[in-house]
Order: sequence, then structure tokens, then C-alpha cells
Amino acid sequence: MKSSLLKRGLVIVMVSLPVFALNSVTHKSACAQQELLVSAAASLTNAFKDVGKQFEAANPGVKVVFNFASSGALMQQIDKGAPVDVFASADQKTMDQAGEKRLLLVETRKDFVSNGLVLVVPKGSKLVIKGVKDLLGAKIARIAMGNPETVPAGRYSQEVLTKAGLWEALKPKYILAETVRQTLDYVARGEVDAGFVFSTDAIVAKERVRVAAKAEGHQPIRYPVAAIRGTKKLEISQKFIDYLLGSEGQAILARHGFGKP
Amino acid sequence: MIVFQPLLLTLKVASLATLFSFLAGVALAWFIAHFRFPGKEWMDAILTLPLVLPPTVLGYYLIVLLGRRGWLGQFLLNNLGISLMFTWQGAVIASAVVSFPLIFKSARASFESVDQNLEKAARTLGSSELAVFLRVSLPLAWRGMLAGAMLAFARAMGEFGATLMIAGNLPGKTQTLSLAVYSAVQAGNDALATTLVLITSIVCVLVLVSSGKVLKSSYTKEVDR
Repeated sequence: MKSSLLKRGLVIVMVSLPVFALNSVTHKSACAQQELLVSAAASLTNAFKDVGKQFEAANPGVKVVFNFASSGALMQQIDKGAPVDVFASADQKTMDQAGEKRLLLVETRKDFVSNGLVLVVPKGSKLVIKGVKDLLGAKIARIAMGNPETVPAGRYSQEVLTKAGLWEALKPKYILAETVRQTLDYVARGEVDAGFVFSTDAIVAKERVRVAAKAEGHQPIRYPVAAIRGTKKLEISQKFIDYLLGSEGQAILARHGFGKP
Repeated sequence: MIVFQPLLLTLKVASLATLFSFLAGVALAWFIAHFRFPGKEWMDAILTLPLVLPPTVLGYYLIVLLGRRGWLGQFLLNNLGISLMFTWQGAVIASAVVSFPLIFKSARASFESVDQNLEKAARTLGSSELAVFLRVSLPLAWRGMLAGAMLAFARAMGEFGATLMIAGNLPGKTQTLSLAVYSAVQAGNDALATTLVLITSIVCVLVLVSSGKVLKSSYTKEVDR
């Protein structure tokens, strides 16, 4: 008796699933809501979620959908034809590459925030690190940073270490992460002894990581944003970019620790 | 060569993972197939869970368990001075956990399809439980277990999510084929990605064909007897 009830329940669920699925599809197309797909650097995760909410409130009928990953990976997705409307990168180089591949509407490109790079350690760490030179210490076995090939924070870290003449010497200690937020997670969990993240990332996890030193010697960190060539929502894309640069957007970004562009 | 390192690492990780999951899978399958106890099907479900759960969930479990601050990881670090995070041994564990249910499931089915009368006959003829297992149950269930091991090896070769989470993606250290493909695509290195993808496909076909042959030959032997 019990099992036949169970069976009947399963059949009902299986029959009704496609109906639900179909329903949601038709519902979507019937609505006049517009979706804006924004690919943004991982370090923007928290700030952009806030920006998105406020932007949606200010523009009824618009839904902002975010795709967060390393800037390099996002650029590759766009290059392969991802239907992205707006791209925000954590460095100029990735955006320049996107420009060279003619993926951008160049006239929409603007710098909208600046950031800093810091060396963080797990909160309870007893290691004394005052600068990148101290990373040579024998007690420091693992140093996390983003993979310089795709992660801007990793590229800045490489720049810092190369300028300090430490890049080769420290190589056996590197743990390369897929995004700057993965680096942050490795440090927060105490899986590595130190890591390079943006100062805004350190704020996000301030309960679990401690800023040991500022990492200096890299190019100024300025984040560019641009609309993607082929977007069918240029008007809203432009509105979103303007919102980032406007006083409301800047206030939200400043609250998350980002500097003026 | 930039291509061979991940290939060799992948084969090493997948072989060891299959070995471990084979030993554990067969032992637990035999236990479940031979004893009646309350909560048996619950135990079966929990052991099958890695097959159903997303690899990221498993990866998270493994981090919480084996990370430097995880309860087992802390013990290992403090007492033995080893940490499995970001090591190829960690990748073996991830692959073993993910591929375990494939062996466990097919081994259980194989043990349960063994004619119980044969086992009973062996016992009446004075065989010990161990002898019954080694000389009756195991040879009769062997084929199914081998098929499970083959699937497990294939699954271990393709492991990605849990491996990425516990072993990281460190070129030359923990970067297996699937991770190398991922990195190459992320970095826009399509030429390398294509090479890696072709190698992976060829190796997988070779594995499937050769293991199919092994299974077939052991089958015909059985029939001949």
C-alpha cells in the first residue's frame, strides 16, 4: 500500500515536471522584463550584487544577471560568443586584449574604480610578515595567488614579486588559484600561510584574514568596464555603465572599499 | 613535454584511486551482500551518495574533513606532519571517493547474484568463511567487479570538481588532464586544449577497448571450464 502510494506520487511528479518547465518558459517570454548579462571580475562579487539590486530598483523591468569569474576566463567566454552585454575587468590588460579581439564597443569603455593589492595571512597566524621579502622564510611553505595567466590579482602579484627579485626563488611555494576569491578562501581556511588579494577582498573576509603588508611595485590597479559588441541591449548596458560612474554607484562601490577610478 | 606530465599524473592518480576504491568497494559490498542488519539499505544509500552528489559537494566535504583545520586533516598534520591539500595524494582521495560507488554497486550486485547454494555447499564440505569467499564467491563475482573497476577507472580519469577543490590546479604537481584542459581553455590556449582533448579521448578509448578485451577473455575462460 505504502509503496503504491509512493509510486503514484512519483508518476505525478514526473508527468507534471515538463509542464512546469514549459510554463516557466512561456511565462518568461510573455513578460516584458529585460535581462542584462554582466560578466564581472570575481573581486567585484559583493559590490556588484549591491549595485545590481539598486540598479534594478531604479530601472523597473530590468533584471541584472551576473557572471563572476576571473577576468581572463570571462574574456575567453566572450571571445567564444557568450551573449554578454557588459564586461567589467579587474585590470587594463584583459580589457585591452578584448579590445584587440574587437569584442568591445570601444566608445563605452570607462575606468570605474581603483583598488590595491595586499598580502594577507590567516587570522590566527603567528608568522611575522612585514613585507614580501619575509616570504622567503622557511616557515612559509605555501603562498597563494591567482594564476597570472587568467587572474589579474595574480598578474599584479607576479609583478610585485618579480620587481622584488623574488619570483623565481619563491616558485616552489606557489599555490595558483582560479580566481582571487579562491586565493582568499585558501588563506581564510588556513590552507596556505599567506596570499595575495585585493584590499577589497581582505575587507570581505576581515573576520578570518589579517592584512600583513601592502604589496607594492605593481601598475596602478584600475578596473575598466565596457559594453560588448553585439549586445542587443545597448541602451540598458550604457545605463548600467553610467550608473557605476554616477554618484549612487560610486557610493556603493566606496562602501565596499573601492577607490575612485 | 607539457602534455605528458598531466597524462602520466592522470594515469597514476586514476590507477591508485581505482585500487583503493576497489579494495574498499569489494569489502563493503561483500559485507552488505552477506549480512542482514537494520539500516542496511540506508548504509547502501550513503555509500552510493558520491555517485549522486555534485563533485563540488564532495570536494567541500573533503576540504572540511582533510583541510589543515579539518578534524582529520588537523590530526594528520599534528601527528604525522602531512597535509593532503594541494598534493597529488589528495587528488587520489578525491578520485577514489568519486569512483567508489561504481565498484561498490557492481560488486554488490555480483555478490548477490552468486548462487547461494554453491556457497552453502562449500560450507557443508568444510570450507571456512574465508575459503568460501576466496574460492567460491569471489571467482563467481569477479567479472562484475572487474566491469565496475573499469568504470571507476574511467570516472577517476575524468574527475574534475572534487580534485580541483582539494588538490588545486598546480601545473606539474596536481594538474591532471581534465584540469589542464580547463586551464588551457580559460587562458585561450586553444592549440594546447585541442592536443590535450585528443590525447584524453585516445587514452580513454584505449582503456575501454582493452578492458573490454580483458572482460571478454575472462568470460570465455569461464565458459570453457
